[in-house]
Amino acid sequence: MKYVRSFVLFWWNFVVGDDWRVAAGLAVALGLTSLLTHEGVNAWWLLPVAIVLLLTGSLWREARRAS
Amino acid sequence: MSTSTVLLILGAFLASAVEMVEALTIVLGVGIVRGWRSTLIGVAAATIVLAALVAALGPALRVVPIGTLRLVVGALLLAFGLQWLRKAILRSSGYMPHHDEDAAFQRQRAQAASAGREERAGLDWYSFTVAFKGVLLEGLEVVFIVISFGSAQHRIGLAAAGAAAAFVLVVGAGVLARGPLERVPENTIKYAVGLLLTSFGCFWGAEGAGVTWPGDELSLLGVIAFIGVISFLLVRVLRRRRLALAPVEAPA
Repeated sequence: MKYVRSFVLFWWNFVVGDDWRVAAGLAVALGLTSLLTHEGVNAWWLLPVAIVLLLTGSLWREARRAS
Repeated sequence: MSTSTVLLILGAFLASAVEMVEALTIVLGVGIVRGWRSTLIGVAAATIVLAALVAALGPALRVVPIGTLRLVVGALLLAFGLQWLRKAILRSSGYMPHHDEDAAFQRQRAQAASAGREERAGLDWYSFTVAFKGVLLEGLEVVFIVISFGSAQHRIGLAAAGAAAAFVLVVGAGVLARGPLERVPENTIKYAVGLLLTSFGCFWGAEGAGVTWPGDELSLLGVIAFIGVISFLLVRVLRRRRLALAPVEAPA
């Protein structure tokens, strides 16, 4: 059980890291991009915009927490 | 050689170099204090596990359709790369202390000196396990980067070559310096790697989701430039905010 827990924790830290909201936001953004492209919209712009918004939000939360 | 191929090799090289510098610090800290035999056997054991992972996963990923592979790899690279970029921005703006390789080395030496001596299978168990775990954990990140970078373009060999070049350079420099490579601009390299991982993740993730990038591969440079400029602006804004909120020292 200890090894399973360590394994899950390792991958959680590896992929999700300090801010789960960024990982969740990325999943939503990728899902939306896929949905839009399958509807015929070439949504190449969506992911870069989502990255900027998620990164800015995460940094802002960290800065507010630290001050 | 196309733009994305050059960036692929560069990304694998830089990311691997950073992780290898950290692994080298652990190995040196243990080896210098407790002796080299058990430490190097630990390094060799971890290297064999990592090589087996690349050998097993590399060919297995070739059977996955390229679109699915790019979507999954892109998503993972994005999540992973944004963590690096986020930390690099926090370090550059002063919200997080810079990683100090010399301090890590001294900490490792102190721990190695104070740990008890336990022999198992003819090995100093502390040296073996610390070297094994250190190389395995840092190496897993290298393996992840090599496999994800390589598989998304069906060029694992090139990504592995980038990592191998980093290995030769870091180990060579470590042997020459006989100490931690504290003069390596680790935080700057991590910033660049975070930027590359995030940009590749964005490019492949979107392609895997069905997007056609305007300008095809050239748009990868546009993505790097866009995220680079935004992250630079974020560093400046956060630094200014931190200085504005810093308590003013009272006059003596």
